[in-house]
Amino acid sequence: MTKIRSVGKVYLTAVFLILYAPIVYLMIFSFNSGGNMASFDGFTFDYYKEVFADTRLLIIVLNTLVIALLSAVISTILGVFGALAIDYVRRKRVKNSLLALNNVLIVSPDVIIGASFLILFTILGIRLGFTSVLLSHIAFSVPIVVIMVLPKLQEMSSTLVDAALDLGASRWDVLSKVVLPYITPGIFAGFFLALTYSLDDFAVTFFVTGNGFTTLSVEIYSMARRGISLNINALSTLLFIFTLLLVLGYYFLNQRTRKGLEVPK
Amino acid sequence: MRNISGKNIYLIPYAIYILLFVVAPIALVFYYSFFDMNQQFTIANYEKFFTATYLKMTLSSFWYAALITFFSLLVAYPAAYLITKLKHRQLWLLLIILPSWINLLLKAYAFLGIFGTNGPTNAFLETIGIGQQQLLFTDFSFVFVSVYIFIPFMLLPIYNALEKLNPSFVYASLDLGASPWTTFKRVVFPLTIDGVKAGCLAVFIPSLSLFMITRLIAGNRVITLGTAIEQHFLVTQDWGMGSTIAVFLVIIMAIMMFVLGGQKVGASK
Repeated sequence: MTKIRSVGKVYLTAVFLILYAPIVYLMIFSFNSGGNMASFDGFTFDYYKEVFADTRLLIIVLNTLVIALLSAVISTILGVFGALAIDYVRRKRVKNSLLALNNVLIVSPDVIIGASFLILFTILGIRLGFTSVLLSHIAFSVPIVVIMVLPKLQEMSSTLVDAALDLGASRWDVLSKVVLPYITPGIFAGFFLALTYSLDDFAVTFFVTGNGFTTLSVEIYSMARRGISLNINALSTLLFIFTLLLVLGYYFLNQRTRKGLEVPK
Repeated sequence: MRNISGKNIYLIPYAIYILLFVVAPIALVFYYSFFDMNQQFTIANYEKFFTATYLKMTLSSFWYAALITFFSLLVAYPAAYLITKLKHRQLWLLLIILPSWINLLLKAYAFLGIFGTNGPTNAFLETIGIGQQQLLFTDFSFVFVSVYIFIPFMLLPIYNALEKLNPSFVYASLDLGASPWTTFKRVVFPLTIDGVKAGCLAVFIPSLSLFMITRLIAGNRVITLGTAIEQHFLVTQDWGMGSTIAVFLVIIMAIMMFVLGGQKVGASK
């Protein structure tokens, strides 16, 4: 048994090493004065300086953040409406059809979402750029929010709502004072996921971005197609740290809300 | 929310969203697949899809997706199993998932250096006596990088399935004299098959449509359905043919989901 266990440990360690190797590799070479990703010549901060001096790149970063925050907020609101709507429907067939439609964008390959949105925006006469990117990010985030919020609604006991109604609460009171506080963890999870999906998306954005407007993913793609430039490495190191903070922040937030919910029991 | 009287007002914004961003785009793709580059109605796109070039492309796209799915499963299943045996499994799981938060393009870009002619992989091959190889822009690098990217997506559902598995089944099997391998084959694997199916679904369909990896890593040598769609929409501007390929991709996806997922994806529990 001990032999199997040590073999397992070696295997797992190898998987972890391989998973992190490219990321670490990128980070190390972001400090390479040699200017390539093959041999490490010396230590330099030049590429970081270049990244911070590049106003175009900073504007792109800002674009990406604005799109992510706006689309996450709007899709969270729409998604909560969606979850409430699906939960409210009583007929099983209607409910399942709504759920199936909801899942279409989650399971569709990005290329198809991108291509079909390109057609849609062209037909609607929406110019490709900020608006089209924002709309498509909202569109693919809504179903995710629904999926995160719906289980919370379903696990909520209906007696809570009944009690509130018996005590004379209006429909709006029930929603704002009973239902929404109860499903808040789901809403936060949905918002966070929408945010990361938007920050991460490349394929859909690539289709609907047009000429004047780019997000970070699209920019990285065009930079990488031109070949190796250590600016990308520096940028990716910064992004990695940012992602790490975001994930850790979410993790602790989650722990706290979970604890907060458990204490009153 | 059972006993509130009145209409389902929440449905209005959501229904508008569904019609505009789910139903309309699919309908439009289907509609556009019947038009040629001069906006003339035609079924030529479908005829073209059934010629040797496109069928071969579809087959090779399937072959690569199958390879990627197979290798992801091969790596991810044991890893998921081992994680369930660890003490701080939540932390380890987080560590496995963390790389999937990193932008996919950056990870692909890293491999440009790692697999490059003077990169560390070639240096390693040199030292062990195999000698320098052309690694970038080959089928191997495409499959390797794709597997690398998809491992977390395969691992997560399998881990969840293993986590739910009642250990007393395993003990019972071992007590009754089954070898660890038999126990795995007859008890553990069948009981976690839903996780495996979900993982395969999460890997297979996206690998049919990876176009950025083929461009960056495979140097246009590998053409998947996704690459072809991107090419038709953004390079040659032949939206009709692009839509036709998209229609087939949707059909393939639906079949895959029917075979692997059953009604699970659509139905509520």
